[in-house]
Amino acid sequence: MTDVVRTGFRPSRVAVYGVLLLAALVYLIPLFIMLVTSFKTPMDIRTGNLMALPTDWTTIGWTKAWSEACTGVDCGGIRGYFWNSFKMTVPAVLISTLLGAFNGYVLSKWKFKGSNLFFGMLLFGCFVPFQVVLLPMAATLGQLGLANTTTGLVLVHVIYGVAFTTLFFRNYYVAIPDALIKAARLDGAGFFTIFFRILLPMSTPIFMVSLIWQFTQIWNDFLFGVVFASGDSQPITVALNNLVNTSTGVKEYNVDMAAAMIAALPTLVVYIVAGKYFIRGLTAGSVKG
Amino acid sequence: MEHIQRQPVRVARSRPSLLDALQRWLPKLVVAPTFVLVGVGIYAFMIWTGVLSFTSSSFLPVYEFVGFEQYAKLMANDRWLTASVNLGIFGGLFIACCLVIGVVLAIFLDQKIRQEGAIRTIYLYPMALSMIVTGTVWKWILNPSLGLEKLMHDWGWTSFSFDWLVNSDMAIYTIVMAGVWQASGFVMALFLAGLRGVDSSIIRAARVDGASLPLIYWKIILPSLRPVFFSAVMVLAHIAIKSFDLVMAMTAGGPGYSTDLPAVFMYAHTFTRGQMGLGSASAMLMLGAILALLVPYLYSELREKRHD
Repeated sequence: MTDVVRTGFRPSRVAVYGVLLLAALVYLIPLFIMLVTSFKTPMDIRTGNLMALPTDWTTIGWTKAWSEACTGVDCGGIRGYFWNSFKMTVPAVLISTLLGAFNGYVLSKWKFKGSNLFFGMLLFGCFVPFQVVLLPMAATLGQLGLANTTTGLVLVHVIYGVAFTTLFFRNYYVAIPDALIKAARLDGAGFFTIFFRILLPMSTPIFMVSLIWQFTQIWNDFLFGVVFASGDSQPITVALNNLVNTSTGVKEYNVDMAAAMIAALPTLVVYIVAGKYFIRGLTAGSVKG
Repeated sequence: MEHIQRQPVRVARSRPSLLDALQRWLPKLVVAPTFVLVGVGIYAFMIWTGVLSFTSSSFLPVYEFVGFEQYAKLMANDRWLTASVNLGIFGGLFIACCLVIGVVLAIFLDQKIRQEGAIRTIYLYPMALSMIVTGTVWKWILNPSLGLEKLMHDWGWTSFSFDWLVNSDMAIYTIVMAGVWQASGFVMALFLAGLRGVDSSIIRAARVDGASLPLIYWKIILPSLRPVFFSAVMVLAHIAIKSFDLVMAMTAGGPGYSTDLPAVFMYAHTFTRGQMGLGSASAMLMLGAILALLVPYLYSELREKRHD
């Protein structure tokens, strides 16, 4: 204890805290600028500067971004796209997590001939650059009548998310002793009984990791949204990009920043509420994958 | 106890064989949907793109084979060259900056810092944002007339000029800035987790021997984190090669095509310029680049595991 107190006043300690706080400031400043700008009037933006607080706070940027801003030809704000993102994200997250849970269960506790090869296939799927599947996927979605629909996007996100969710669950279930499963099988418990009675009750942490990882990935996706959706079915990220990069009329930076905040809020809230699981997902996905 | 538990086994064995067969097939049935989805959605589509890269497809896929013509065209294409060089600049700087910043912050955070959790949360939150959001904010910060430049003028540095976002020689570096801001916290988290796994008795022993703390980190601890280092490079390189969102939000490849990356090139040629064959060829080269990184990585990973 005395050791800690003594080191607390050393100049090197001060330097360490100085660097850490400076870095924290650098990470926070863009968020601060985004927030402050979103509450300014266009006039205020032109006369003030990035770090200046609004002279009079106004939510006009937020209301305009939500219901009036033009994203390309359409001028109904971004609220429709915000709900599109929800309609796409929620089913895709649930389906991919459920599939991942069952896959992980099979690949760790019910191995069959070729199951390791299958796992290798999935693992490789985590790394493939999506550019290599975009064109065939677009053609296939067109054939299925799913082009430019939210259902199509859900399907796409399930396909390219299931490799990650399987990886999460498989690595989690591998650590659970096989003896437990064997004992249950001797007692006559079947495939589903073992899963629902034994594994599921101890799976809450990994379900959180998978749900949060998938939510962040799918909500933040831009590539699939811009390629497979158009007009009414576009997700929020595509609408935000359209809004910001529309070159017609006077640029309203307060509206841009408010729209960016709206697009960022769901994942930010999830991160603040359940950051622990988010970090675990990030590190699990990279260290073990 | 044992006897009572053994009883149901015999009951289970004597059930009709149809149920047994079902039980045996159940695991395979459960993974079958994923097998089909991934088999088609990744592997078949990959081959399909490969086939298209050897055709003369323009606005629609046609199956008229032209050999390696698209690849030859790609190699002679100025814009592809720019995109590849940009990937080198962006990837190299992005990975290097993220690693240096991430490692330094992780080591500093590992010194029994008060409020460590809060600071860590701040460092990592950009990773939860969409790259489109990041790009939008940084585009505003770097705005040549109202952004950083005006801020510095207002604060008294009137000769300050910063037009990198619209300067075709410098615009790629603005993408690096935004990328590093977003991903460096992630490297910090990886290394911090690694540092927490280092046996503290090694550090104490080295201190007793009179080694200074920086020397201990440089000579003992960081070398022992080699696997973390490789994972971080792998993930960062992967982000860099696939980078698309950030460029689209900040510069859309401009000015001109000075900030094109392969992913942007692929998108533009395949979906807006009607050169599907060329776009497919560029996608295949991106896959090749990832494989060149991935195969040695996976090889070393698997070999290490076999040693265990």
